[in-house]
Amino acid sequence: MADTLAQHKPFIADGGHGGGIIDAAGSGDPGGGHPHGASRRAYRTGMWFSMLGICMFFLAFTSSYIVRSGLSDDWVPVAIPSLMWWTTLLLIASSLTMEKTRRALSSGHRAELNQWLGATLLLGFGFLVGQVAVWRELASRGVFLTTNPSSSFFYLLTASHGIHLLGGVLALLYIAREAWLYRLGPAKRTLVEVTAMYWHFMDGLWVYILMLLWLWR
Amino acid sequence: MSHASGAHAVHAAPTGFIWKYIFSLDHKVIGIQYYLLALTAVWTGMILSLYMRLRLAWPSAELPLMGGIMTPEQYIAMVTMHGTIMVFFVLTTAPMGGFGNYILPIQIGALDMAFPLLNMLSFWVTFVAFIVMLSAFFVTGGAPTSGWTGYPPLSAVGEVAGPGLGLGQTLWIVSIALFCVGALLGALNFITTTLDLRTKGMTLMRMPLTVWSWFITSILGLLAFGVLLAAGVLLLMDRVAGTSFFIPGGLVISEQIISHKGGSPLLWQHLFWFFGHPEVYIAILPGMGAVSHILSTFARKPVFGYKAMVLAMSSIGAVGFMVWGHHMFISGMSPYTAIAFSVLTLSIGIPSAIKTFNWLGTLIGGKIRLHTPMLYSLGFVSLFVTGGLSGIFLGQPSLDLYLHDTYFVVAHFHMVMGVAAIFGIFAASHFWFPKMFGRMMSEPLGKIHFWVTFIGVYAIFMPMHYMGIAGHPRRYAETSGVEYLGALQPLHVIITIAVIVVIAVQFVFLFNFIWSLFRGEKASINPWESTTLEWTVPSPPPHDNFGGKLPVVYHGPYEYSVPGASADFIMQTSTEKVPDHH
Repeated sequence: MADTLAQHKPFIADGGHGGGIIDAAGSGDPGGGHPHGASRRAYRTGMWFSMLGICMFFLAFTSSYIVRSGLSDDWVPVAIPSLMWWTTLLLIASSLTMEKTRRALSSGHRAELNQWLGATLLLGFGFLVGQVAVWRELASRGVFLTTNPSSSFFYLLTASHGIHLLGGVLALLYIAREAWLYRLGPAKRTLVEVTAMYWHFMDGLWVYILMLLWLWR
Repeated sequence: MSHASGAHAVHAAPTGFIWKYIFSLDHKVIGIQYYLLALTAVWTGMILSLYMRLRLAWPSAELPLMGGIMTPEQYIAMVTMHGTIMVFFVLTTAPMGGFGNYILPIQIGALDMAFPLLNMLSFWVTFVAFIVMLSAFFVTGGAPTSGWTGYPPLSAVGEVAGPGLGLGQTLWIVSIALFCVGALLGALNFITTTLDLRTKGMTLMRMPLTVWSWFITSILGLLAFGVLLAAGVLLLMDRVAGTSFFIPGGLVISEQIISHKGGSPLLWQHLFWFFGHPEVYIAILPGMGAVSHILSTFARKPVFGYKAMVLAMSSIGAVGFMVWGHHMFISGMSPYTAIAFSVLTLSIGIPSAIKTFNWLGTLIGGKIRLHTPMLYSLGFVSLFVTGGLSGIFLGQPSLDLYLHDTYFVVAHFHMVMGVAAIFGIFAASHFWFPKMFGRMMSEPLGKIHFWVTFIGVYAIFMPMHYMGIAGHPRRYAETSGVEYLGALQPLHVIITIAVIVVIAVQFVFLFNFIWSLFRGEKASINPWESTTLEWTVPSPPPHDNFGGKLPVVYHGPYEYSVPGASADFIMQTSTEKVPDHH
């Protein structure tokens, strides 16, 4: 192609005719992108890169967590409340129902879609309420944000995840509104697919945070 | 020019003033908004530098608005705000938010950014961040004094540590956090747009180097700003919630015992510079892209080594994430770690040299047209080389131990990321002004502005290298009473005079900009005889960029002086057949 290093080598000009002529457009080179269906793909690309950005955010917390835990003698590991295992189950279950929602939409089963969507929303809310309960339990044990660096990170990581998950819940509420208004057809599947990607990511991120808090003490 | 059918406007053209010019979804309006924000910011930052220079040259002079002689605290607050405003709201905002927003979608044949609403949000979040940053000047205690790097414990313990470290510092952190959010949303938009919205025929290797530079910069931004945001959250928690992430134990400040314990100021430095070094490339890479583009256009030659340029920019970006430790050589890090950071740092010289030689290769044998954008691009290359060479000294731990926190560092980073990047912005301003506003900027005024600025910045920053080698520390408001620095005072006066001249000539640019908006010569569609897609549409382009029909691309971006072609440039959309290059 014209954009390779070869363009700097001398070549014989023949006035644009005859041998050595190529038609760039006809050379089976369709180009990198195309507007048709581009917006569908753009939402997926955007979501992949959002997840990358969020990963960097939590990686910075992780590295701070590891560094801070090894620094001084004031690190007292937070005993993970047993309730957190139950909220984890809720979130994993919500990932399954989210997947069911996505599949119900692509196969056009409206009633099923409504059920699974409702279930996902309930489980998501349940998780968030459960998290508040976890914080209250810790507080009742006298473990607050500033008690020691381990508890600081515990609140920080769980709250940061919670805020991100709240974004997912808001997206689900929007989808529910669209479904309520009978505006959710296969044409809007991108919205649901992208939300599902995010929801699964939040699920995975949660398991990662839990493992960090549980195993790196 | 041929078109692909089936193009559709992503959003309808707005009609009311507010939706057309304020809360616009149009990437072109948003680009201009970003540019004007950066223009406001750069004048703010420049006035601050003038105050600093006046204080340094004439320590006993009373300056307006200072209530007498500027105190050292006021001086360091100005250092902090000058650095922060210039790095974030000028060097990050103008090249990406400004030109990237305006030009990128047109250059790849897109109707708009992938997510116009997100684009508008990015700008307004950045705007609010700027207002919050400025408001730090007007609160009790004034602006923060912890430098643009916000090092704890100074930045973390609150107003007990001194003026500006109370509410001013908190506002600084909030502003930076907001800026991060805006930058992340912007990066997401740029990446997605480049990957998914290219028109038919616009393969990756047919993208102009400007697009490559914005794309790579966006990836850097996406990976770096998330880390700064996290660090900002931790710092804010230390300040307002009583945690101890960065504050060590046993601190006694102003005869008060600080109750925090166990935190690590070095942890902040690692997080900050993991962002901070890529940030340097976020500032300079778009300039590299624009300069490559402009050199090729005005030398009437293809960019020498297009693929090498793409690879060089990518590797500068990638290695840029592994060198942050070179900002911390004097932090007490292990010498072995320092060597690793040093070797990686010096290795960035390789892609930088590739770029420099390819710029020179592009120029050699070209039919050079010395228009203003070309002058600025040549100035960029000069400044980039000058500033880059001093980086080779600073990248070595043994030399950095001496030069760290001296004027040598000030000279280095101002040359390479400050002035070189600004010259990239000037080059881009003169180059794309006709496209953005439909009129040409004045060439004579542009040339006066260029020559005075070019000679002026050398006059400002070259002496600083000598001052640094002589051991003059940075960030000090005055050096009276320090005997060995007394001999350097005349240099301070010379530098300040150069600063006054350079600032004066910026009014020529401002006048040229405003005058040309209304009185400049009408610009044709393609005044520079350039090849890329923005020069196929009217100046300024219509709301949907291409008048309802998407262009189809048949050629690479730099087909200048192709033997056998009908003109000395071939538009990317041209269907003219050219001889096979293989």
